[in-house]
Amino acid sequence: MPEPRPANEVVVLTAEQMSRTITRIAHEILEKNPGEENLAVVGIHTRGAFLGSRIHRLICQVGGRQYAAGNLDISFYRDDVSARGAVGVIPATPQPVVKDSDLPFTIDGIRVVLVDDVLYTGRTIRAAIDALFDYGRPAAVQLAVLVDRGHRELPIRPDYVGKNLPTAPRERISVRVEERDGVDEVVLVRSKEA
Amino acid sequence: MPKRDLISIEDLSRADVELILDTAESFLPVLERDIKKVPTLRGRTIINLFWEASTRTSSSFDLAAKRLSADTLALKASGSAVEKGETLKDTAITLSAYSPDIIVMRHPSAGACRTLSANTEASVINAGDGKHQHPTQCLLDLFSMRQNLGRDLAGLRVFIIGDILHSRVARSDIMGFQMLGMEVTLVGPPTLMPRGIEEMGVKVEYDLANLKDADVLYLLRIQKERIKAGANFLPSLREYSELYGISQARLRPGQRVMHPGPINRGVEIASDIADDDENLIAHQVFSGLAVRMAILYRTIVGYSDGAASGEVL
Repeated sequence: MPEPRPANEVVVLTAEQMSRTITRIAHEILEKNPGEENLAVVGIHTRGAFLGSRIHRLICQVGGRQYAAGNLDISFYRDDVSARGAVGVIPATPQPVVKDSDLPFTIDGIRVVLVDDVLYTGRTIRAAIDALFDYGRPAAVQLAVLVDRGHRELPIRPDYVGKNLPTAPRERISVRVEERDGVDEVVLVRSKEA
Repeated sequence: MPKRDLISIEDLSRADVELILDTAESFLPVLERDIKKVPTLRGRTIINLFWEASTRTSSSFDLAAKRLSADTLALKASGSAVEKGETLKDTAITLSAYSPDIIVMRHPSAGACRTLSANTEASVINAGDGKHQHPTQCLLDLFSMRQNLGRDLAGLRVFIIGDILHSRVARSDIMGFQMLGMEVTLVGPPTLMPRGIEEMGVKVEYDLANLKDADVLYLLRIQKERIKAGANFLPSLREYSELYGISQARLRPGQRVMHPGPINRGVEIASDIADDDENLIAHQVFSGLAVRMAILYRTIVGYSDGAASGEVL
């Protein structure tokens, strides 16, 4: 018996919808980059890496050739490395364990599709672009996200969107993937005190 | 967030140690690419104070800070106001005027880092204080072991051989090795064995009879500079070398040799081992960079593991 879903969670995408959405994104990537051989899919740790590898598998299948793929950890590029000195200031978000970045190809001249699960303030993507450029000079960078929840704080816009989901800042979008969470789904979590 | 010092290995929990080692591992790809630099500590100021000679430690701290994009300032005793009689406290107050985030210090007196820490807002990292502690050496040793001998170091038998009495590396290593579940045996002449060291939970031996039991041989040099003139610790270096020096002839296959450097060829280590690719000595130096990057990074961002609650930006 699965545990009952908490009352403050609403499913936004089921496993089936998620799978269809990812397939659509893969097709859009191929459509927007016709005949492009130098295409690479780079997922942003953690959930973006899993989504990225699924998209990569699909575009290889549909496109009929082997495209490059990789992962990026942006921890060292964050803009909220804690401010010490001011008493009581804690990092805006907890500093997670850093995963290894893995880009097993030369990035120069490649069209890179960055993949992340949720697009929110845009700060993660800013950091990812900075990280990418320390590996080389890509020909172009495009962005694919499963959910765009709005509230951008930087001039960043996705090229491929799974689902646009207007949210309140107090709400949270939780993307769960089979590989890590045992289930494929996107849920909207309402803050309990709201 | 209160400031976090790293003065002794005891300042770290086992989880902290593992977090540092994991973080160091994630810096390795950065060190392999063309642009070997990340912007993480951009705008931070790190001061390196080396009141004692150092090649490995000072160069790797300096490079580690630069790889993290921090600004660095290096001071040595010679040529500084220390020669004019300035006390450590006053040096600390003076340098604090620059609002450094971290001060890395090596000092000939045990406990000097605590004095420094009490007189500055900056986090203090001990790069070796007298005969007391050298925690960053211990962490890089652990990193080298983990990279070469497997992630789980529990049960590994390490023999630390040489001048234990004057060695801050030994004091840090004993604690760190035991923290990760290793068995530590100390070997050396009785005159260079600190009295009561067994209370740290180590075995003590005065000859190499049981050397075959060791998985790792951790060699220490005789610290001539800490032995006062006229002190009679050893009849001669040649006799020491005959009794405790490690050459290929004394090794069994599979045993790995480590050494914090600088080595004294022909004394504690024979050239046939120093020049052998199987030893971990060069890897230890390599590890120093990634591990010190991890230590500087963790000192600024904190040790908490926020993976469970990591909200996306």
